[in-house]
Amino acid sequence: MLSDADRIFTNLYGIGDPGLTGARARGDWDGTKAIIARGREAIVEEMKASGLRGRGGAGFPTGLKWSFMPKAIGKLPHYLVVNADESEPGTCKDRDILRHDPHKLVEGCLLASFAMGAHAAYIYVRGEFYNEAVALQQAIDEAYEAGLIGPDACGSGWAFDCYLHRGAGAYICGEETALIESLEGKKGMPRLKPPFPAAMGLYGCPTTVNNVESIAVAPTILRRGAAWFTGLGRPNNAGTKLFCISGHVNKPCNVEEELGIPLKELIEKYAGGVRGGWDNLLAVIPGGASVPLINKATCDTMLMDFDSLRAVKSGLGTAAVIVMDKSTDVIKAIARLSQFYKHESCGQCTPCREGTGWMMRVMNRMVQGRATIEEIDTLEQVTRQIEGHTICALGDAAAWPIQGLIKNFRPMMEERIRAYKAGRSMPLAAE
Amino acid sequence: MTEHAEPTAFAFDAESEAKITTVMAKYPAGKQASAVLPLLDLAQRQMGRATGSAWIPRVAMDVIAARLDMPPIRVYEVATFYLMFNMQPVGKYHLQLCTTTPCWLRGSDEVVAACRKATGIKGWKETSADGLFTMTEVECVGACVNAPILQVNDDFFEDMDAESTEALLAALKRGEYPKPGSVTGRQTSAPEGGPTTLTTLNFPSTSAGAE
Repeated sequence: MLSDADRIFTNLYGIGDPGLTGARARGDWDGTKAIIARGREAIVEEMKASGLRGRGGAGFPTGLKWSFMPKAIGKLPHYLVVNADESEPGTCKDRDILRHDPHKLVEGCLLASFAMGAHAAYIYVRGEFYNEAVALQQAIDEAYEAGLIGPDACGSGWAFDCYLHRGAGAYICGEETALIESLEGKKGMPRLKPPFPAAMGLYGCPTTVNNVESIAVAPTILRRGAAWFTGLGRPNNAGTKLFCISGHVNKPCNVEEELGIPLKELIEKYAGGVRGGWDNLLAVIPGGASVPLINKATCDTMLMDFDSLRAVKSGLGTAAVIVMDKSTDVIKAIARLSQFYKHESCGQCTPCREGTGWMMRVMNRMVQGRATIEEIDTLEQVTRQIEGHTICALGDAAAWPIQGLIKNFRPMMEERIRAYKAGRSMPLAAE
Repeated sequence: MTEHAEPTAFAFDAESEAKITTVMAKYPAGKQASAVLPLLDLAQRQMGRATGSAWIPRVAMDVIAARLDMPPIRVYEVATFYLMFNMQPVGKYHLQLCTTTPCWLRGSDEVVAACRKATGIKGWKETSADGLFTMTEVECVGACVNAPILQVNDDFFEDMDAESTEALLAALKRGEYPKPGSVTGRQTSAPEGGPTTLTTLNFPSTSAGAE
């Protein structure tokens, strides 16, 4: 079990003061000037050595991403953009950072921006997080007032501005190029890559987009050293991670733990266990709505890290663990996600625009059993035709939950179809 | 969609103008289109202050287009793309009900039913006869460990069930505004009964600013 001394987010639950005084007492903004004095290269190398993998879902190495920015600052300014558009169903970790530990994020923005030669950072916060945005803006204002950011950030000689920008309700803006489009004042429609944002991002300038958690852990890593961070977690899956445990557990909560913690331990130790006991578990969506669910047998021995979950063809995603006990109509649970993706498709690519609606309609019939057995195969084939055929990953994200359902619960789907044919009524919720 | 009257004029008031100055300073010269989301939001809030209904009339979009030197169609397409902009009047309390899977697993159906019962609203995007409430189905609002969530205007009411929903709506009808957050009184996203981690740390703790 991770000891409190190794936890990064020490005000996760907002018990302490989220303001500058409280943040300083918890060690934030300690020796920031000295870290900057190490120089750009040294910071990027330390981040690479820490093995930190992006906390927004894809798990791409953060230090490596930073190194993609041009070494010299040319005619165009560099930008850091922080993705605080947290909208992946099941995920609510960045919310706690924004409202309870915002100074970790602001300090991280300064260090990351300096490391990438950026004099400005934009933090794109989802519109629904109004109160969280107020808390973050307070932290930014405090940091300016104390000279921690501004024309001579922390007395380092580096000029740095940090801006908060609020979204307005669109899941797709969590995709990095859609977020950039939105920040430029357009509809959030993803761009084709290449060019990648590091070459041509915000306003056509070199830009790196990072998740809130990735940026907020950077100052602690740089203070305590890469070796400390790699000493936690598992090889290639270093460090600690915020987990969000929701659904059918006795005590849903957020918690910071080491990567590689067994799923069963995570649920039983922190979330009060599965409702009705471990044997009442049906399935878990381990990393936010976009990743395929895993069944109980897999859950029994599952380790919660990028590589372990990938090995069972699921994913760590945002580490949002959605637990479903045996009372769950799992077909309906996935059908609701199909509705989500249909609602959130930006409409740019045909396979996604048409496919998400088609999959939702078929899934709604599957909930009732009003389908044929062969249609399960058709549905599976259609998900394969959407996956990988769109500009961004929303198409994949819409396909994977259905693939996970068919892989793990096909007999249940067939049984429901047979029951409908036989005229047996199925237990259906009223909505 | 219901029929509604569109005002013929709109101008930002002094409160909005002060905020617009701050907003515009965030973006580089020539990139003022970046301010379109913040300005739409300010227009909607101003309508809420002025009329009790936070929505964006077409004339306000035209004012924003002129201010940001954008073709009006660019502002219309942005305004209609993002869910949080209301293109028609809404009630004083905009009830935004998350029914995505994590909330659904924790009983969002119950919360929806309780809202319908208390307000008499049958469909989505409809407003109650007294003009107090509008019900909108929203997708994941990002507070899943406190599911189900009922968002009222800017605030999340968390860990809801039928009973707490009824109590909340009754309070709103009486003109009261209960404290947002978990209705069970638990500490934000910590497990029910109190944190099981971060218990051995001894930082100065103040109630100021904490939720």
